[in-house]
Amino acid sequence: MSVDDRRRKAERIRHLLDTEGESVHRNTRVFNEGRYESTADLEDYEALKEEARAIKEDAIERLPELLDRVTEAVEANGGTVYVADDAADANRYVTEVVDGRNVVKSKSMTSEEIDVNDALEASGADVWETDLAEFVLQVADEAPSHIVAPAIHKSREEIADLFNEVFDPDEPLETAEELTRFARGYLGERILDAEVGMTGANFVTADTGTLALVTSEGNARKCVQATDTHVAIAGVEKVIPSVEDLQPFVELIGRSGTGQDITSYVSLFTPPGDSPTFGRGEGAGSDDGPGADDERPLESGDDREFHLVLIDNGRMEMREDDGLRETLYCIRCSACANSCANFQHVGGHAFGGETYSGGIATGWEAGVHGQDSAAEFNDLCTGCSRCVNQCPVKIDIPWINTVVRDRINRGEDGDLDFLVEGLTPDEEPGGIDLQKRLFGNFDTLARLGSAFAPLSNWVARAGPARSLMERTLGVDERRELPTFERESLVDWFADRGSRVGPDEARRTVALYPDAYTNYVRTERGKAAVRVLEALDVRVEVPAAGESGRAPLSQGMVATARSNAEAVYEALSPAVAAGHDVVVIEPSDLAMFHREYERLLPEDAYDALKGHSYEVMEYVYGLLENGADVDALSAGDGERIAYHSHCQQRTLDLEPYTLAVLEESGFDVVTSDVECCGMAGSFGYKSEYYELSVDVGETLVDQFSTDDAADRTVVASGTSCLEQLDALLTRRPAHPVRLLDGR
Amino acid sequence: MSTEPLATFESSLTDVGVELVRTPAEGFESTLAPLLETPAVGTPLPFEGVSLPDAVETDPTVRDLEAARTGVTAAGYGIADYGSVVVQGGADGEEPVSLYADEHVAVLAAGDLLPDMDAAFDRLAEDVRSGTGQAVIATGPSATADMGALVKGAHGPIDVTVVLLEDR
Repeated sequence: MSVDDRRRKAERIRHLLDTEGESVHRNTRVFNEGRYESTADLEDYEALKEEARAIKEDAIERLPELLDRVTEAVEANGGTVYVADDAADANRYVTEVVDGRNVVKSKSMTSEEIDVNDALEASGADVWETDLAEFVLQVADEAPSHIVAPAIHKSREEIADLFNEVFDPDEPLETAEELTRFARGYLGERILDAEVGMTGANFVTADTGTLALVTSEGNARKCVQATDTHVAIAGVEKVIPSVEDLQPFVELIGRSGTGQDITSYVSLFTPPGDSPTFGRGEGAGSDDGPGADDERPLESGDDREFHLVLIDNGRMEMREDDGLRETLYCIRCSACANSCANFQHVGGHAFGGETYSGGIATGWEAGVHGQDSAAEFNDLCTGCSRCVNQCPVKIDIPWINTVVRDRINRGEDGDLDFLVEGLTPDEEPGGIDLQKRLFGNFDTLARLGSAFAPLSNWVARAGPARSLMERTLGVDERRELPTFERESLVDWFADRGSRVGPDEARRTVALYPDAYTNYVRTERGKAAVRVLEALDVRVEVPAAGESGRAPLSQGMVATARSNAEAVYEALSPAVAAGHDVVVIEPSDLAMFHREYERLLPEDAYDALKGHSYEVMEYVYGLLENGADVDALSAGDGERIAYHSHCQQRTLDLEPYTLAVLEESGFDVVTSDVECCGMAGSFGYKSEYYELSVDVGETLVDQFSTDDAADRTVVASGTSCLEQLDALLTRRPAHPVRLLDGR
Repeated sequence: MSTEPLATFESSLTDVGVELVRTPAEGFESTLAPLLETPAVGTPLPFEGVSLPDAVETDPTVRDLEAARTGVTAAGYGIADYGSVVVQGGADGEEPVSLYADEHVAVLAAGDLLPDMDAAFDRLAEDVRSGTGQAVIATGPSATADMGALVKGAHGPIDVTVVLLEDR
């Protein structure tokens, strides 16, 4: 990316933070908290997710067969099925069916994907969005910023100004209720006048040809009932085997999305429906509201036509693609957007492509619109993994984003530039962005930085060097760079040696020296050694390299794999000897527990996962098994504000740190933000610096309340510590340092 | 039926802002009377010994629907865990009658109250296979948050009341 591209990107993000950030943040936080509350009420949440996942896996596996079955079922009911190859094909078919008549639509992201409104309007048809948010966007001529609540970026005041300007009502509209009543009346007339009702479908059952529509306003029901012709548009991936299969999805989708146990209406339509219709509209509105003068009797709905338009548009190819296939399991609930710190702050107009937004959008955009659309926003996923446990069909969304990032790095054709390739230490192709290459090779950088410290630190801090780094590498000048220690943790320990003999040891562990702990924050590594030894654990610090997290976060999968293999080789003797592996940096433990499944042979992954622990989790286990808490430094009621790490929370490891600190006598409050915003290299990148700080400020606010402002700040992740250090005047520390007697 | 699903149903309905009124079949008309604001529209009720009063229009025009204060339909099932009623049927106009009036009154036989979504989908699947063209799992009034705050009554009813026929 050129320096100008970075500047343009930064400007665009700054503009959205200023104009839309506040509304997006307020609304997504409500959805996010609602999801946590609503899913906590569900006794069998995990089992339902497993069930939903299994249904989707099976359905996508058997998709061609299910498409035949649903076609048979719909035709037997008296409807028509058209499987469209792409957007143009779908629009041609729909335009023919509509034939210039008036159309009322309910919300459908798939219809946005194919731009059917434009095609219909070009053919002379009138098209009205009846979902109130889509109506607002239609009037404003804007694109959705969220897949479930598309006008989430607009405040009530902005909507009122828009309506008052465009519709010029007798009394200016002000409250949400007034705006809703006005829109209901206005759209009510459009519904009476319409002859075609267009809906999407959340699910389509192959056995019966039933559509499930998950809605709250009631407009989808009205669009179908009022009109003579029902056109439903859905991606082919929406087909599931049977009506019974709907149950887990119905229980999960509202909770996962907006945090409602269930939305107002879940319609199971097996069209063509026979509800009485309003027939051909006659311009029935008057000052007394829609239909006030309309003495027409309702007409029989027996002749209603139904067209199910199933869209391929790249999906059958996604089905064959190991990197993108899981995307097809997505039920478009928006949990991955709402639980994403970056999305919460900047919204879908930045964190989205041509149609889709949020975490899973990279998969959709790469699949249906192509890699270029995904490339626009793919970097906004920092791999923090907070969406992983929130997805009702258990899609590994960060992995999809990583795979697509890798493909973007490699270019359309995956060409390798062998000359450049030969001169760089990683496993990546020549064309990869220099900024990504820099951060992806952090291990090399840190090794050199340490070897030449303190000179390297002085040079790196010097003004000319920083502006050069910003211009050539996109490393933001406003960020303080890490200070490398001359003596690495591994070297320190080699000189010092182990202080607990094999015979007196309760356990023996290999303390994993992640690159930050080894070269930058050696003090937390030393503290971990002393704390473990105080609990009679024999510690070794093997010279294992970087885990692969750094290159993986840049989409450099091959380099990550090679790092993973080297780490496994360095740690496997300890594992083979029955020792435990203790990890300080949560993002590296998350590599061992999550991503190594994709990078290492199965037995290696299982062995390392089975024997590795986060350091505070390990201390917790020691205390539970008879170690004496009095051997650790006592808290004596010291007041602590603790921020757990995103990936640590995904692995459900936050409670151990909390329990250990409390058992040691500390008084702890915790943050509840999804991420600190630093996320490894993300906050260093000049195009994302301001977003990173905006996300971080939410955490800072939580630690600046009356109750928290005087507390010692503690965080588990390196990135979180750097972000907090930059944004607070208090200097934060890793929790293990609180337990260290020195 | 045990009282447990009924108690769950009642508390779930309260959570979603729906009033539950209980009556034996013979008391239906007097129970309905205070709930009925005219003009009212309705669809025929399939419960033995239960019928709609004359004030309820069962063959409405477009104007009747738009003007209706109350719309009365039967509910095929209730779902206790969620406080949902399942509005089924088609040709008689259950869909417009339950949608256009300000208040939807759903009449439910106690014997059709199901404990949870699992039980509901078993029955719904059977119904679909035997020809029920539409079934709407309706939970609370229609609602939207699209205009900057939560508003009850978006395109559908503002209020919902469930009349439970205790002996049906």
